[in-house]
Amino acid sequence: MSKHHVTTTINGEAVEFLCETQETLLDVLRNTLNLTGSKEGCASGDCGACTVIMDGKMVCSCLVLGVEAEGSSVTTVEGIADGETLHPVQRKFLEHAALQCGFCTPGFIVATKALLDANPNPTEEEARYWLAGNLCRCTGYDKIIRAVMDAAAEMRGEARAA
Amino acid sequence: MNYIVPQSELKIVGTRPVRPDGVDKVTGRATFGADMTLPGMIWGKVKRSPHAHARIVSIDASKALALPGVKAVVTAADFPEIANEEAFVGEGPMNFRDLSRNCMARDKALYEGHAVAAVAATSQAIADEAIELIDVRYEVLPHVIDVEAAMAPGAPVLHEDMFTTGVEPKPAKPSNIAKRVSFTKGDVAAGFAEADVIVEGRYTTQPVHQAYIEPHACVAAVSADGQAQIYSSTQGQFMVRAYSAKVLGWEIANLRSYPMEIGGGFGGKTVVYLEPLALLLAQKSGRPVKMMMTREDVFRASGPTSGAVIEVKIGAKRDGAIVAAREVLKYQAGAFAGSPIGPGCMCGLALYDLPNVEVIGYDVVSNRPKVAAYRAPGAPITSFAIESALDELACKLNIDPLALREMNGARDGTKTHYGVTHKDIGFLSVLEAARSHPHYKAPLQPGQGRGIACGFWFNIGGESSGAVHVNEDGSVSVVSGNPDIGGSRASMAMMAAEVLGVPMDQVRPIVGDTASIGFSFLTGGSRVTFATGMAVTQAAEKVVDQLKTRAAQIWDIPVDAVEWKDGKAWPAGLNAGAFEPLSVAQIALKAGRTGGPIGSEVSLNAQGAGAGFGCHICDVEVDKETGHVKILRYTAIQDVGKAIHPAYVEGQIQGGAAQGIGWALNEEYIYDKNGKLENAGFLDYRVPVASDLPLIEAVMVEVPNPRHPFGVRGVGEVPIVPPMAAVANAVRSATGLRMEHLPISPPKLRAAVDAEAKAG
Ligand code: FES
Ligand code: FES
Repeated sequence: MSKHHVTTTINGEAVEFLCETQETLLDVLRNTLNLTGSKEGCASGDCGACTVIMDGKMVCSCLVLGVEAEGSSVTTVEGIADGETLHPVQRKFLEHAALQCGFCTPGFIVATKALLDANPNPTEEEARYWLAGNLCRCTGYDKIIRAVMDAAAEMRGEARAA
Repeated sequence: MNYIVPQSELKIVGTRPVRPDGVDKVTGRATFGADMTLPGMIWGKVKRSPHAHARIVSIDASKALALPGVKAVVTAADFPEIANEEAFVGEGPMNFRDLSRNCMARDKALYEGHAVAAVAATSQAIADEAIELIDVRYEVLPHVIDVEAAMAPGAPVLHEDMFTTGVEPKPAKPSNIAKRVSFTKGDVAAGFAEADVIVEGRYTTQPVHQAYIEPHACVAAVSADGQAQIYSSTQGQFMVRAYSAKVLGWEIANLRSYPMEIGGGFGGKTVVYLEPLALLLAQKSGRPVKMMMTREDVFRASGPTSGAVIEVKIGAKRDGAIVAAREVLKYQAGAFAGSPIGPGCMCGLALYDLPNVEVIGYDVVSNRPKVAAYRAPGAPITSFAIESALDELACKLNIDPLALREMNGARDGTKTHYGVTHKDIGFLSVLEAARSHPHYKAPLQPGQGRGIACGFWFNIGGESSGAVHVNEDGSVSVVSGNPDIGGSRASMAMMAAEVLGVPMDQVRPIVGDTASIGFSFLTGGSRVTFATGMAVTQAAEKVVDQLKTRAAQIWDIPVDAVEWKDGKAWPAGLNAGAFEPLSVAQIALKAGRTGGPIGSEVSLNAQGAGAGFGCHICDVEVDKETGHVKILRYTAIQDVGKAIHPAYVEGQIQGGAAQGIGWALNEEYIYDKNGKLENAGFLDYRVPVASDLPLIEAVMVEVPNPRHPFGVRGVGEVPIVPPMAAVANAVRSATGLRMEHLPISPPKLRAAVDAEAKAG
């Protein structure tokens, strides 16, 4: 069986890879491209540890085939910070101690960025429902939600100042 | 030295700095077990039993071995037979024969998902194909899942050599009851005779999984001379080394174990599953081997905690004074002996000052995955029963449930039924904090209810190593022997920085592999900040002594004329003001000329862990139509000793409470009639998600543990103990229904509502 040749954009860079038909985008990211920031917690779309943004939409990369990335633009956790400068969501997760083991964190960071891109002013309840597809077993979500709400507030503040 | 001082005198301990490993974790750089790769690496996979109980008649791997790309196959025949011996490790007993047979079934498969063979191949797809080609012939045997069914005469017996221990005379026939334990204090019969009121109940809990989001994963490499490396996601690199060496019959010195970042454990990563298989496959194939569990594997083949049946009887005087308590506990162990029945028998009643107690416990095997530790192993189960029964008692006596606990609560000097006398405990302070918290007095709407429940955990100390090294430029490295699951690098660095008097960012903490730091017992039992923290604190103190000695040499004055303050050496006494103070960097610069590198490693066996107590207040709203229970407000109060990094202490409390809420409302293992697990995935085994929960307020009560330099008590386990009863008691308050069986899922609650309507 021959592999498929895929041309795509990941974190703003043009990328080419070869993959088998059945390989998921998560497999490709982790095993072929060595972008191991996206995690596999279930491989069935139930934990959100593999969350990436694909053409502006939040998806579980374990539910997307590698070949589907053809011609698309993908943002992974590795592409959230601006070089050395952390994204406000990343900074707020650190300030609020919104991670313990940190395994769910990449998925939450990406999902939160997608949330705030779509809705800069979410209520706590909206944030909780948006993030309901991301499991965290360590924190009880309290500090995560606080970090999300604080990041949203800061980003709105910056937007006003700009 | 002792640093139990008012917070105002501490510079770093008690503050909330960003954790030193944080940036890597929010940017995706942190390397977990499954993120590791080695040159030439291939992939290992496990073939698992489809049967709950079956004799393995034969295994034929010839077809798999003939598949191009397959490099090795292993079965039980490749592992040494291990003698039936029990060693005590940390939180519980460990039988290495059972461990070996749990890693790889020998003779019999004892649960669905039990490993029967493993392969290594050049790709995951080939390994999957090879698994299918291994031909295993089984003779299917009758199985048993339920704990009481497993205890019944005539039940299918899992182990022909299991004769119940702890009963006289020794039973003539084997059974599934591994042991019976009992504790007595006073005379329960006399106690009950004195009681004005007696409550009785039969409570059941289901097995629940730790459900860490990261599945087990490791990479192993073995060189031709037998030296091996294992990189794994684990709660203890030294545990992985010792257990793997034992199961393989290898020498410990040949094995170097590297702790990768760990994506949650909660007790479930205190044993090995894949590591010995990966090492053997690596040896046989001559290639590094990576193995990862799928989520299904995690549910089917790694340890949940026990489900149980608990019978409780409590008697009290009319004023609420408890005069007698009797408890019988039957804990599922899974396929091998070793449920947390010991702590189960101790923890539920350890919170109260009781004159007459009898507790009997059974450790029972059945055709389920072998249980593993889960946060305060055994305690949440017993406390669900005891704290529910106390709530019943309070209702019957028409006493405030908090008042009932205040009246009977353990205090310093209370002797428990298992013989230990409480010392320097903070239970009454916790109850006081609960009483004065606004949540306890807040009004409730119709359909809403409030429950409280309490919990206890011993916390442990044990063997730990920590090292502090001053680098050439005056920066400081701290090495610990414990994987950091919830921010312990931060607390190690903070304690070292406090002792040294230097800023936190001058201290870089790392977790060492088994060849880089002395032995440390694993991360568990809420021991790391206590025991490893003690080692790091002592190492930092030795470094301060060295820095003073070096300064004295530089100044040519006696060392006792040097004082250490604010991270600098100061001439003191007669020499005060004679020299400019010297910083760590200035002293480090001259280290070569004053005796060489500055640093110290301390290995110790920490004693005197302080027991922890918690009290949770839970408000719920119950929808009687749908059976849905909504958690409206949750407050968790706990005696934490001293919070080194309060944000991570709160996080432990909030996370434990959330897991307990999942245990109370949703989580359970569901088996079909063939003994196959029906819900081995996060879709059907539903852990709480963000939209299920409110903010969880963590209230830290600081009653210092005088046996730790900073007053630390373990904090990670207590918070999972109270929630099940707190939720059940809140449901009782909202509906009048006593839910004795977990989880309080919509179908169960609906059934209880219907039954009441029928009866009413
Ligand atoms: S790994 Fe994709 S959702 Fe869990
Ligand atoms: S921090 Fe461990 S799973 Fe979220």
